Amino acid sequence: MLLAVLSGLIISLLIIPFGKLLTTKWSFLLTILPASLFLYFMSYVPAISAGSSFLQHINWIPSLGVDFDFKLDGLSLLFALLITGIGTAIFFYARTYLKGYIFFDRFFGYLCLFMSAMLGVVLSDNILLLFVFWELTSISSFFLIGFNNDNSDSRKSALTALSVTGLGGFFLLAGLILLGNIAGTYTISELIDARELILNHELYPLILGFLFLGAFTKSAQFPFHFWLPGAMKAPTPVSAYLHSATMVKAGIYLLARFSPILGGTDYWNYPLMAVGGFTMLFASIHSLFRIDLKGILAYSTISALGILTFLIGLGTREAIIAASVFILVHALYKATLFLVTGIIDHETGTRDITALGGLRKVLLPVSIAGILAALSSAGLPLTYGFIGKDLIYEATLHTDYQTLGWILNAVAIATNIGLVAAGFMAGIKPFVGTLPKQFENIHLPYKSMWIPPLILAILGLVFGWFPGPVGDFINHATANAVYGSETDMYLKIWHLNIVLILSVATLLAGTLVYFVNKPSPSKLKAIEKLNSIAPQRIFRGYANDIMRFSRWYTDLFHNGYLRSYHLKIILFAELLLAYKLWISGPITLDLEKITTPSFYEIGVIVILIGALYIVVTTPSRLTSVVAMSVIGYCICLIFVFYSAPDLAMTQFTIDTLSTVLFVLVLYKLPSFINHTGKAILYRDGIIALSFGVIISLIALRVWSEPISEEIANFYGENAYILAKGKNVVNVILVDFRGIDTMFETVVLSIAALGVYSLIRLRLKSTEKE
Amino acid sequence: MRSPILQSATKYLLPILLLFSFFLLLRGHYYPGGGFVGGLVASIAFVLHSFANGTEATMKILRRKPLSLIPIGLGVSTVSMTAPMLFGLPPMTGLWFEEPIPVIGMIGSSLFFDLGVYLVVIGVILTILFTISLNNLTEKD
Repeated sequence: MLLAVLSGLIISLLIIPFGKLLTTKWSFLLTILPASLFLYFMSYVPAISAGSSFLQHINWIPSLGVDFDFKLDGLSLLFALLITGIGTAIFFYARTYLKGYIFFDRFFGYLCLFMSAMLGVVLSDNILLLFVFWELTSISSFFLIGFNNDNSDSRKSALTALSVTGLGGFFLLAGLILLGNIAGTYTISELIDARELILNHELYPLILGFLFLGAFTKSAQFPFHFWLPGAMKAPTPVSAYLHSATMVKAGIYLLARFSPILGGTDYWNYPLMAVGGFTMLFASIHSLFRIDLKGILAYSTISALGILTFLIGLGTREAIIAASVFILVHALYKATLFLVTGIIDHETGTRDITALGGLRKVLLPVSIAGILAALSSAGLPLTYGFIGKDLIYEATLHTDYQTLGWILNAVAIATNIGLVAAGFMAGIKPFVGTLPKQFENIHLPYKSMWIPPLILAILGLVFGWFPGPVGDFINHATANAVYGSETDMYLKIWHLNIVLILSVATLLAGTLVYFVNKPSPSKLKAIEKLNSIAPQRIFRGYANDIMRFSRWYTDLFHNGYLRSYHLKIILFAELLLAYKLWISGPITLDLEKITTPSFYEIGVIVILIGALYIVVTTPSRLTSVVAMSVIGYCICLIFVFYSAPDLAMTQFTIDTLSTVLFVLVLYKLPSFINHTGKAILYRDGIIALSFGVIISLIALRVWSEPISEEIANFYGENAYILAKGKNVVNVILVDFRGIDTMFETVVLSIAALGVYSLIRLRLKSTEKE
Repeated sequence: MRSPILQSATKYLLPILLLFSFFLLLRGHYYPGGGFVGGLVASIAFVLHSFANGTEATMKILRRKPLSLIPIGLGVSTVSMTAPMLFGLPPMTGLWFEEPIPVIGMIGSSLFFDLGVYLVVIGVILTILFTISLNNLTEKD
C-alpha cells in the first residue's frame, strides 16, 4: 500500500527530468499509473466486501508517534476506487484537453502529486500522517487552481482556496493533536478503543470544533463555501477531479472516519445537521441562478457536500448507508457533468447556458453522457442516483426526532428539487433546443475526451439497474466501516412506499422548476447579495490587514542598512539576556576561587586592552581591523594557557581568515567618511558597553554556578570506548554530535552559495545596464 | 603589492601547509586537530598564495571552482553517515578497519566524515573570499 500511495509522488518527481518527453505521443504512459492503481484496489474488493481489512505498518518517526500506518477498509476502499477510477478517466481526458499546452508536463506532475496525497489521506491509519497528506492535497489544489498563473483571477482564487483550507488545516492539526494526547495514541484503529475516554473528556467539544472547522473548510460547507466557486478557475479536468469528485470529499471522509470514534453525541449530530442542512439548501437555491455551467456545477457540488455532511450528522444506520451510496452516485454524475462541460467549453468557447443549445446535433455522444448524468443527478428511476435519493429520504424519514424529522425531510426535498433543476440545466439544457448558427460547424473532439464521461455516465445507469451487487461489494463495507458495526443493507431498484412517492414528486417539482426558471445576469446579481452574509469579505479584509502589517513590519525591520540590522539584533539579544539574568537572581562571587594571574596572562591582557583602545579610537578602518585581529590572537593565547589547543587553533585560523576577508571587503568599499554625529556615537557606545557588561555578567554567573561534571565525564570516558578516539573535542564533533556537525556544514555551504550567487547576480544585473 | 620574497616563499609554503593541513585532519581523532581546523589551514595556504600571486593564479592551481568542493565534501560526509545503514546499523555508527594502516593510522567512517568537513570548509572559505576578491564591488554612486 505504501508503494501505491507513494507511486504518484515518485512519478511526479520523474516528470521533472523527463517531463518534456510526455508532451509527445508518450503521454499515454501517464494514464497507466491511475489505471494500474485502480486495478490494484479492485483486487481488494472481494476480501473487503467479505468483511476483512488490511493493515500495513512501517516505522517513520516512532518517537513522535508518526508512522506510515495504512489501513484499507470499506470506507478507504470506496474512496481509493473513486480516486483512481475517476483519476483514470481524468488522466485520459486531460491528455487531449491540454494537448499542446505549454505546461503540460507540470500539470500532470501536480495531478500525480494530488492523487498520491489523496490516496494518502484515505489510507492513513495514523492521524498525523493523515494530516500531512491532507495538507499536501491543499497544496496541490493550490497549484492546480492557479495553473493559468498569468491570470490574476486564477492566482487570487488559488490563494483564497489555499488560505481557507490551510486555515482549516491548522484547526484540524490542533484537534488531532488534542485527540491523540487524550487517547494516548495517534493510530486511528486504536482511537476507537479510547472512545469512552474521549467522549467523557472535558475537551471533547473543543476537539469536535477543531475537527469540524477542518472538515467544513475542506468540504466547502457554509460559511466557508466561497472558495469552491472560485476554484473553478482551474482547468475543467481539475474541477471535475479535485473540486467535485475527490478532494472536497476529504472533509466528508474525515467526518465519516471519525464518526465511530467521536460520533453519536449531540455535540456531533446537531452542528453537522445544522451546517450540512443549511449548506445543502443554500447552495441548491444558489445553483439555480447561475448562468456559467461551471458555476452551476460548483454550487450543486457544495449542495451535495452539504447533503453528505447532513447525513453523517444524522448518524443513523439508514443515513450512513445513504451517505455511502450518495458519495459514489455524486462522484459519478458530477464528474461526468464537469467533463461534458469541459468539452462544450473546449469546442464552443463558452460556458454561458443562455447562449448554448441544440448541441446534440453536433456532439451526440457527449450529449448522451450529459443527459444520462443529469438524469442520474435528478434521481430518475433506474439510475443509481434514484437509489441514492431514495436512501436519503428514507434516512430523513426514519429518525428519532419527531417534528424535527419532518423539517429535515422537507429541507432534503427542497434541496433535491433544486438539484434536479440544476442537473437538468447543466446536463440537458446545452443539448436541447435549436442550435445557434455559430456552433454549426463544431465537430466531436478526440475519442479520449468523450469516452471517459460516457463511461462514467453509463456506469451510473448500470449501477442503477443492478444496485444489489454494487451495494454488496462496495457500499456495504463502507457503511460498516463508518457505522462501526454490521449494517444489513439490500439495495433495491424500487421501494413501493412513501419514499417512492416523495421521489417522484421531487422529480416532477424539479422539472417544473427547470422549465419555469430562466437564469439571467440580473437575477444572478440579486442572488449574489445572499453571499455577502458569508465571511468572504471578512476574509478579504483580514488578508488586506495582513498585507498592510507585513509592509509596515518590513519597512521597520528591513530597511537595508547593515548597521540598523546589527543594532536591532544586538538590542534584542541584550533585552533577552538581561531579562534572563534579572529573573535568575543575584550572582554570588566566591573570591577564593580566583587564582593569581600569571605573568603571561597579565601581559596578554595588557596587549588586549591596548588593541581595544586602538579599535575604538582609530580613524582608519584598516587599522581597526588589524587591531581586532590582535584581540583575537590574544584570546587565542588565553585558550593556550588554559590548555584548549583545539579551540586555540581554530580561533587562530578563523581570526586570520576573517581579517583577510575584512581587508578584501574594505578594499572594495568607498573610503571611510565619518558622518555620524555625537548623539549616534553615544547611543552606539551605550549599546556596546551594555552588551559587554551583560556578557561579562553571564561569564561571572557561569563561573559561580557549580559545574555539572556529568556530561564532561561521559564524553571523557566514552570517547575511546565508543568512538575509538582520544581527542574528545574531535570525537564529539565527528561522532557523538556528528549530525549537528553535518547540519553546520550544510549551513556553511548555504552561506557560501549565498555570497557567491548574490555577488554574481549583482554583477550580471550591472552588466545589463 | 607583489613581493618577490612572498611569491617564492609561497611556492614552498603552499605544499607544506597543505600537507600540514592534511596531517591535522588525520591526527584529529587522537590529538588536537581535525577536519575543521585542517580545512581552515588549507584555505589559509591558498589565500596566502593568492596574496602573493593574485587570485587568478591560485584559481589556475585549483583548476576548478572552489564551489565544486562543497558538494563533494557534503557527499563524502553524507556517505560516511549513511554507510552504516547498509550494514543494518543506525546512521553515524562508527565503522572501523580492524588493523591500523601504516602512516595514516586507524581508518574509520568518522575519518571520512571529517574529510567531508575538511573539503566543505575549504570550498566555503575559498568561494567566499575568491568571489569577493575577483569581482569588482565598487558602485558608482
